[in-house]
Amino acid sequence: MYKIIRKEVLNPSVKLMEIEAPYIARKVEPGQFIILRIDENGERIPLTVADYNREKGTVTIIFQEVGKTTKKLGTLKEGDALLDFVGPLGAATELEAYAGKKVAVIGGGLGSAIAYPQAKKLHSLGAEVHCIAGFRNKDLIILEKEMAEASTKLFITTDDGSNGVKGFVTDVLKRLIDEGNKYDLVIAIGPLIMMKMVSKLTKEYGIKTLVSMNPIMIDGTGMCGGCRVTVGGKIKFACVDGPDFDGHEVDFDEAIRRQLMYKTEEKLSQEKHACRIGLNG
Amino acid sequence: MPNMSLEKIKMPEQAPDVRNKNFKEVALGYTEEMAIEEAKRCLSCKHKPCVGGCPVNVKIPEFIKFVSEGKFEEAYHKIRETNSLPAICGRVCPQESQCEKYCVRGRKGEPVAIGRLERFVADWYMANRKAEVERVPGNGRKVAVIGSGPAGLTCAGDLAKMGYDVTIFEAFHTAGGVLMYGIPEFRLPKELVQKEIDNVRQLGVEIKTNMVIGRVLSLDELMEDEGFDAVFIGTGAGLPSFMGIPGENLNGVYSANEFLTRINLMKAYKFPEYDTPIKVGRNVAVVGGGNVAMDAARSAKRLGAENVYIVYRRSEEEMPARLEEVHHAKEEGIIFKNLTNPVRITGTEDGWVNGMECIRMELGEPDSSGRRRPVPVAGSEHVIDVDTVVIAIGQTPNPLIKSTTPGLKTQKWGGIIADEETGATSKEGVFAGGDAVTGAATVILAMGAGKKAAVAIDNYLKNKR
Repeated sequence: MYKIIRKEVLNPSVKLMEIEAPYIARKVEPGQFIILRIDENGERIPLTVADYNREKGTVTIIFQEVGKTTKKLGTLKEGDALLDFVGPLGAATELEAYAGKKVAVIGGGLGSAIAYPQAKKLHSLGAEVHCIAGFRNKDLIILEKEMAEASTKLFITTDDGSNGVKGFVTDVLKRLIDEGNKYDLVIAIGPLIMMKMVSKLTKEYGIKTLVSMNPIMIDGTGMCGGCRVTVGGKIKFACVDGPDFDGHEVDFDEAIRRQLMYKTEEKLSQEKHACRIGLNG
Repeated sequence: MPNMSLEKIKMPEQAPDVRNKNFKEVALGYTEEMAIEEAKRCLSCKHKPCVGGCPVNVKIPEFIKFVSEGKFEEAYHKIRETNSLPAICGRVCPQESQCEKYCVRGRKGEPVAIGRLERFVADWYMANRKAEVERVPGNGRKVAVIGSGPAGLTCAGDLAKMGYDVTIFEAFHTAGGVLMYGIPEFRLPKELVQKEIDNVRQLGVEIKTNMVIGRVLSLDELMEDEGFDAVFIGTGAGLPSFMGIPGENLNGVYSANEFLTRINLMKAYKFPEYDTPIKVGRNVAVVGGGNVAMDAARSAKRLGAENVYIVYRRSEEEMPARLEEVHHAKEEGIIFKNLTNPVRITGTEDGWVNGMECIRMELGEPDSSGRRRPVPVAGSEHVIDVDTVVIAIGQTPNPLIKSTTPGLKTQKWGGIIADEETGATSKEGVFAGGDAVTGAATVILAMGAGKKAAVAIDNYLKNKR
């Protein structure tokens, strides 16, 4: 059993949980993820590791409540425990080569939480880190203080301009590049469409771009192929070859289609859940 | 008085059009009377060819004699001298190419139903006796077993009986390997598998689930930091093969591993009571001809598909699946399209499967496996109307252990190189067996490899120091 030792509400639909998982905490690196299962009837879901504390033996996850499992997860309290928690899965992001270089780390919505460990590690390696984080409106902004500490410069934008800077992360990135910032690497993490648009932009400038793919997963160890992604025309498994891939090579349109495979079932699952816990009156 | 009937006593089964709508076990098992009657068909012939046909040389005529005398407990112990998983093997062994193939009764009529008798004895023992658990005093040496499938469970159990402190590391959240995620409930009830796992735990073996060796700990770390004196690798063949044809990434295309794991391990057939979904349309094509393909097809039928096709490039005679599974599949309404090979999977605008273009095959010259090579018939392309496709063309060993263990030699296709008799690998103190070495094979072979390795590990550790 994996105990929740700390819980924080970051915004109305995003929560943070610090989980007791000493073996994973000792080994995990930025870019890797875990798979959890709340209970015996639950499904297995992947979540990127947002932070870790090797001495304390804990792993931190930050998740958005979108479906049945994440919503149920959000109702758990400090002291509750998860039935299963496995990791670290996936290949760690190779950041050592960018020590002392210039990197733009771009997070979209929840993606900022996932991009945070990369930014933190790069910053500690002496890289010049420009963080660009985009949210729909100012009430959804998360980890602002943490990201500021992990970067040389931080730019936050909102779709509706409610924080004073209106626009998408791609607008900010384009402006920074045009102003003369020569990035050695761009890391983009967030909704598929956002990663697609960032990659499209950086391809024009020939800047190496890493994206973090988040397909539906079952086992997470390469035994089922459910998480397959087409990268450079070849089939790759996001759980073992990824989750990081070259953004210029990923077939985003296919990934977006595959993400919708269980839309009907997801809706059904949530309706049943809500009815059972009395939310629908 | 031997029973000279030319036919096996019929196995009571759920009727085909009833059982193809539920996941309950198909074969219901012999009664005591049936078992004794069937056991009397054995002539106790002197040269016992059946024993040589068994991959672990179960003492068949001896256990059958006990059954014929109603001495079921003695029969059980006789089987257990060489087979650690009789309830499972009795159900899933391809007896028609092993023991029963060589039975002299089979020369004229049907062989003795050795598999059914083994199953009967094991089930009887489980229902009527408590498993004898004698905890042996520990000898202080620790052995790590990676993987809790048939090879790992067997090796761990045998080592524990010798006094070793054994820990099994399992990547999934449940132990059992293919016994849990691969073979469906209607062929192998999970309650049975759980009993076998519990028996191993009762011997003092610790099973740590959610531990992916190669990620959370490397094999070297197990030996250098965690204090294990030897390691057995029983990680199976869990890497799915895809055909590489266009359309394989369309929504509605599954590898058999994913399809079966969702159903068997995650109980998707009980959605939404269980949260993991599975998508099965009206017309399902399963590509492949082995047991996995049969399991996938029969599961798809049970999940409500109207038409389920097996699409296999060779003839029916060459299908590697267990005869009983092919027979049961046909009874349940699965349609066999032999000598047919997929060319491409077609899809709708928004990425869903809507058909599979296939080409007919004919048999040419034999290939290196001895089977005649299938050759496409030009101009015979045709489209079958399907909305779900399951690719069940084989599984190879997962490369995670190899890629994180320096010094561990493997074949090009991924199988760990291990001595046939001892399971010893190129790394000192590291042994391997089962599908991880041979590629996808059978439960009984994996179990046999686990037994051999336990003996070899014992010898290795006794001689160490």
